[in-house]
Amino acid sequence: MLEARGLACERGGRVLFRGLDLALAPGEAALVTGPNGSGKSSLLRLLAGLLPPSAGSLSWTGGGEPDFHYVGHGDAVKPALSVSRNLAFWVGLAGQGSVAAGLEAVGLSALADLPARLLSAGQRRRLCLARLFAAPAPLWLLDEPTAGLDEAAVADMARGLEAHLAGGGAAVVASHVPLRVEAAHRIRLGAAAP
Amino acid sequence: MARSLHRLANPGRFRRFAGRALPWTAGVSALAFTVGLWLALVDSPIDYQQKDSVRIMYVHVPAAWMALSTYAVMALASAGALIWRHPLAELAARASAAPGACFTLIALVTGSLWGLPTWGTWWVWDARLTSVLALLFLYVGYMALWRAFDDPRRAGRAAAVLALVGAVNLPIVKFSVDWWSTLHQPASVSRFGAPAIDPAMLRPLLVMYAAFFFFWVTVLLLRIRAELDERRLAALAVQRSS
Amino acid sequence: MRLFLALLGRDLALAGRQGGESGLALLFFVLGAVLFPLGLGPDPGTLAGVGSGLLWVIALLAALLSLERLFRADWEDGTLDLLAARPEPLVTVVLSKCAAHWLATGLPMAVIAPLLGSMLAVPGAHLGLLALSFLVGTPALTLIGAAGAALTLGARLGGVLTAILVLPLYIPVLIFGAAAAEGREGALALLAALSLAALALAPAAAAAALRHAVEQ
Repeated sequence: MLEARGLACERGGRVLFRGLDLALAPGEAALVTGPNGSGKSSLLRLLAGLLPPSAGSLSWTGGGEPDFHYVGHGDAVKPALSVSRNLAFWVGLAGQGSVAAGLEAVGLSALADLPARLLSAGQRRRLCLARLFAAPAPLWLLDEPTAGLDEAAVADMARGLEAHLAGGGAAVVASHVPLRVEAAHRIRLGAAAP
Repeated sequence: MARSLHRLANPGRFRRFAGRALPWTAGVSALAFTVGLWLALVDSPIDYQQKDSVRIMYVHVPAAWMALSTYAVMALASAGALIWRHPLAELAARASAAPGACFTLIALVTGSLWGLPTWGTWWVWDARLTSVLALLFLYVGYMALWRAFDDPRRAGRAAAVLALVGAVNLPIVKFSVDWWSTLHQPASVSRFGAPAIDPAMLRPLLVMYAAFFFFWVTVLLLRIRAELDERRLAALAVQRSS
Repeated sequence: MRLFLALLGRDLALAGRQGGESGLALLFFVLGAVLFPLGLGPDPGTLAGVGSGLLWVIALLAALLSLERLFRADWEDGTLDLLAARPEPLVTVVLSKCAAHWLATGLPMAVIAPLLGSMLAVPGAHLGLLALSFLVGTPALTLIGAAGAALTLGARLGGVLTAILVLPLYIPVLIFGAAAAEGREGALALLAALSLAALALAPAAAAAALRHAVEQ
């Protein structure tokens, strides 16, 4: 699905990591761990094409155009729009999918018509994650997906991720909270010398 | 040319080059200023209409030329920084801004000093003064943008894009202001068109231009060297802290 | 095209739903126009000479006010990251957001301008020209301002800085806009040329700046 060779990342004159290899096949997950500032977010942004790597190469081996969901620190939720209108925007961009199914998967169906500004922080995060289930994509790049979620929602997310992997999807996940998901790859950052 | 520029990008090599060149550029500039000012203030004829105030022109015109050409250098260097990611180009663009703004300010101030005896007022909305004023605003915006970011890489790229946008806009501003001034031409303003300059006036003008030019080169080299030192200090501090 | 339309629809919904920056910009436009007679005196003779020029100056400031946040909300809440991660070029994002901004501010300003113009004693025969000059010139305000707003994403003092960067670039628009509103010969064509040039160049500059902001 995704192949990275010798990736390196440099921020503000400091090398965060170098020589990172990853070959992600369908059905596999890679867990990224490391202390704060070790470059977890930078790695995810790099994989999503938001940052150019300072060395190494990145290629999409899943066939066709690269197709993935990236979940970053921001929730990308517009407070003035309703919950379902927020999700409908992303579903519309993907060109296929179902708003109802996405809201159902994260347990927000009952709040569909509410303005998003009334949501709690955890609910906003769930609305952000609803994209993953509303408009399926083969690869998920998740940066701290469970930030702000309660235990039940974390368990929901883990189940959703498992189902995604079982269905032939792949994922790269950076998370402090251990998600109970079998990971084919583990990437520990923070060992690289400055 | 590009290759030799790339070799200069090496900080050590640039430092050696600057060290050798600086005494010469500073010396030539000082000499040209001495000769040029003497020619301009003592050894040149007074103008039939403008009397002694014509001597302001020997500072005003070179300053205005430098103000424009410094912006052109800044835009070219910005293009080099954006397209080829040339590290020295970015430094050169940044180092050009403050001297360029100073030349522009000198041109404006001397222009309005000259305006008082000639037009009878400090400021008129003359097409040339107005477009030079716009140029000053462009310089100020460029410098403000450099200072507005904590990350020097982001600041450098944003400033480079702005310099290019400004370079495209500058001829349009000039054209629009000329167009505007013919629209609102006040009768009292005597246009200072000089189809033929007396050689006795041209000589001090050119010497003064050389003085300004070498002064600019000197300041540019000094500023780039200082910037290199500063970046090296920052890099050392980061290394030490991690 | 799908991205262009989806983003356009969402931005227009946002502008309508919360009133937002575009509503405030229109209000500023009206208030500014009403304040000038209070400062200059109500004499129609004085006002008639300067009315359309004043309206152009106020429109320029109103556009600046609303443009400062054109990309900021999307940048802060992570939407811009998601859009930048998509295969479509960022120029599409810029064009779509500019179209939405113009529909929400430039177009309504062109509609109100004749009304305000008549309050400022602009001769009746010139009111149509006034609206036309706004219609032709405000796209340039939006496009040039968008480049300025993209450049200052993540900068300290964003708002003031955007104004400092953009105002000198607005000089030609102001000159040709005000002249076109007074019916000067050739001004309207030059104004249209400015808008077209801005359409050709500004989105590329804004897209480059957005890419830099995302890569920060």
